[in-house]
Parts: sequence; C-alpha cells; structure tokens
Amino acid sequence: MTETTGTFAVKKGLAQMLKGGVIMDVVTAEHARIAEDAGACAVMALERVPADIRADGGVARMSDPELILKIMDTVSIPVMAKCRIGHFVEAQILEALGVDYIDESEVLTPADESHHIYKHDFKVPFVCGCRNLGEALRRIGEGAAMIRTKGEAGTGDVVEAVRHARTVLGEIRHLQIMPVEELMTYAKNIGAPYELVMEVHKTGKLPVVNFAAGGIATPADAALMMQLGVEGVFVGSGIFKSGDPAKRAAAIVKSVTHYNEPKILAEISRNLGEAMVGRQISTLPDNELMAGRGW
Amino acid sequence: MVGSMRIGILALQGAFIEHENMLQHLGVETQQVRLSLHLKDLDGLIIPGGESTTIAKLAIDFGLFDDLKAFASGHPVWGTCAGAILLAKDDHSNPPSLDMMDIHIVRNAFGRQVDSFQADLQVAALAHLNGSNPTFPAVFIRAPIINTVGKKVEILAQIGFDKIVAARQGHLLATVFHPELTNDVRFHRYFLEMIPSK
Repeated sequence: MTETTGTFAVKKGLAQMLKGGVIMDVVTAEHARIAEDAGACAVMALERVPADIRADGGVARMSDPELILKIMDTVSIPVMAKCRIGHFVEAQILEALGVDYIDESEVLTPADESHHIYKHDFKVPFVCGCRNLGEALRRIGEGAAMIRTKGEAGTGDVVEAVRHARTVLGEIRHLQIMPVEELMTYAKNIGAPYELVMEVHKTGKLPVVNFAAGGIATPADAALMMQLGVEGVFVGSGIFKSGDPAKRAAAIVKSVTHYNEPKILAEISRNLGEAMVGRQISTLPDNELMAGRGW
Repeated sequence: MVGSMRIGILALQGAFIEHENMLQHLGVETQQVRLSLHLKDLDGLIIPGGESTTIAKLAIDFGLFDDLKAFASGHPVWGTCAGAILLAKDDHSNPPSLDMMDIHIVRNAFGRQVDSFQADLQVAALAHLNGSNPTFPAVFIRAPIINTVGKKVEILAQIGFDKIVAARQGHLLATVFHPELTNDVRFHRYFLEMIPSK
C-alpha cells in the first residue's frame, strides 16, 4: 500500500477538522495548556501576542524554535506558528520543526513586499490572511490550504474583521449570480486566477476553509463572525490580555458552537472579568495598521 | 427505507457539514446535534472528526455526555477520527471518552500533520456496495490508531499487519480516517445498512 503525504486533500483536511473551533494565540507552554483545557481546537505559538507587537514596535519575526517546540511538547492539539510574508526560509524552518500549520502572517513584519511564499512546494499546510475575495484567491492560487480574514490584529476592535468577512462573503454572493461571460473580466479586475473564480462561481464558496481573525475579544464577537458566515475564529490578544484568560477562552469556545443561540450566549457571557483594553482602529495612524501588509 | 431515516451528526466542533452533505446526497434526513434535545427521534448518530478534546469538553459542559452514552447503548453510532477516539475505551485521560467500544486507541499515532496521508485501503465489508471492489480511498489527518480490540470487535480494515484503522462492534462503528472528505459514499451506505428497518 502506498501512503502519500502532503497532498492538498490532507492539507485542506486538517483545516476542515478545525471548523467550528477557536484557534488561540499562546506565548508560553502554560498558556498553551490553558488554551487546550478551555477547548481550543489548535494553538498559535508565538513570542508576543499582536497587542504587544504593536506596543513594542520594531521588527517582528518568526518565534524562537525552542518556544515552539516546548508548546508542541505540551499539548496534543495542533500547533500553528507564524512566518513573515514572503520569508520562505522561516517557513522551511517551521516545516522542519514539524508544526501542523504555518500562518504566513501580516502580524509579523513582511520580508517581501511583492511576493508571498509559493506554498504548493511544502508538505506543511499554510493559512493566509485576506481582506477581499481577490486576495483570498491569490493566496489559494499560491497553495494556501486555509484562509482567514485579516481584521486588525492586536486591537480588540472587531470592526475590520467584520468589514473583511462581509467583503469576502459578499463578493462570493455577487460572483455566484454573475453571467459566465463576465467572469474573465471579473478575474482580471480582482487580480485572481480565472480557474478559481470559475470554481467559486459554481460552488458559491471558497475552495478551502475560511476563518475570521483580527480583533475578536468577546464571545459575542466570535458569534457575530460565525453568524456572518465564517467557519471558525482565531483569537489573538483577546484571551491572554484579558482579566481571566481561562474563563474567557472557554466562553469563546462555547460561543462558536452555539453561535445561533442568544440565550446560551447570554449565559456564557456572564462574569468573564475584564476584556482586553482595546484600541479603536479609527484612531490608529495608517503606518500602524497591519492588514495592509501583503497584497 | 433510507428515505424515512433521520441521522444525527454531533455538531459541537469539527467536520460535521461534510457528513451532513454525504447523508443528504444519499437522501437521508439529517439533524445537527448540539444539545441533548436534538437526539430525540434519531435512528443513528455520527460523531465527526475534529479535536477530540474540544468535542468531549463541550459535550460535558452542555450536559450531553451521559445522553450520548445512553443513545450509543441502543442505537447505531459511527465515529470518524475524533469520533472513534470518543467511542473507544476510557483510558482515564482528560477529557474522558464515552467508553462504548472494546477498542484501545492511540491519538496522533502516525505523527504530526506533515505525516498525514492518503492511502487506498482494502475493505472487504464494502465490496458488495460497488461491484465487489473492496478498494477505498482513505484520508488520514493526524490520525489515531486502534491498537487493540476485544473479542466482540470485527476488524474492517488495517494498514500492514498491525495497524487497525476501522472496526465494528455490533451497532458501533469506528474509522480513524475520513470517508466524509472523499467522494466515495460507500462507508456512509455501510453505516446506513447498520440502522434497523422500522
């Protein structure tokens, strides 16, 4: 019997197993344990959560492999890690470590302002951020096996996550009802591969799993993104920058399962302690925004 | 017969929609199960792939755990991957399993995601569903292995001589791979054959 690894089906398949779940940013093995105990379906191992990257400034790079390995040793759920946009050597290193997913992330300082990584060449699957359908399909064209809307990481302000999810999902709905002869022009206008535009026109959905990220801080935020139509959420700074991370983490996990049940959402939203101190995105100067990184 | 069946799919977390699509394609009525009340009037249940720790925790937190056990003691239940882990013997890990099948399971037994793979299995039990062809295209995602089975358990598929990847014990079915990620409906049809006719 032949066992074939690294196929697109197994790369995309892991994302399918993560659906309806919460992927949490963790910076220590202890955080990773708290996240797993709270019901996270995966963790993102990194040195600083986006809120701290924002506060500290400077160049943000791939995390120390030592930290990533410690977290991989601590939990049994999948461990993801971030590399810089276009930094394919950081990605090679993360693959060699055996991480389960690589996030080619705008939260880190981009290594290449024109090109993303060619992701088909890797056995490890990639998740990439997007703000609109064209960006999503370009990343999938390069081999991303999972997509997340970017939002604006490290702010605790959900407004950009909503904007990006509404944009992507709205453009898909629009594309579905377009007459077929308009699809080539549409592909040209949004800068997306024609074959993928055709596929979304036919199926009415992205060919890979689509999560939301960037600014989700409460169970209600998470349920909002699910009701808008994403398939799961990433929570970065929102958990470990809050007053009671374990409790908030468990509540957000529950809110993603019962996103359509306001009575349950009301119950699980009670007494969670302080949410992270947010930064209203509209007050941030343009050069501090992360979502515009990548193209 | 298929038309009058109602099959539930545990929808706490994971790839439940893929199972739902398969069943609906076969003309079966489906119900997403998030609370105990959703188990009412079901003829069978699928526990999908996902993260077993997440699914078990949510089942406990929402008071579903004991009701799932009760349901599985009297109705056909199929667990894929995480679902198979939940059906297996409780090895006193945290979180607990439903402890329904006499099988021992090792989580992530093939390695990490870079070791996830596709392989063609020989599944004799499926041969009658497709002109006596027993080959089934299986997708293994961070898959567990069934490392021991009790006397009442029938082994349906294995890799090599020692790696058991599908097993049945009466009305309970466990596969460590994901038929719901393929276009091959034979495992779903096999499960539907396990549902007693009304």
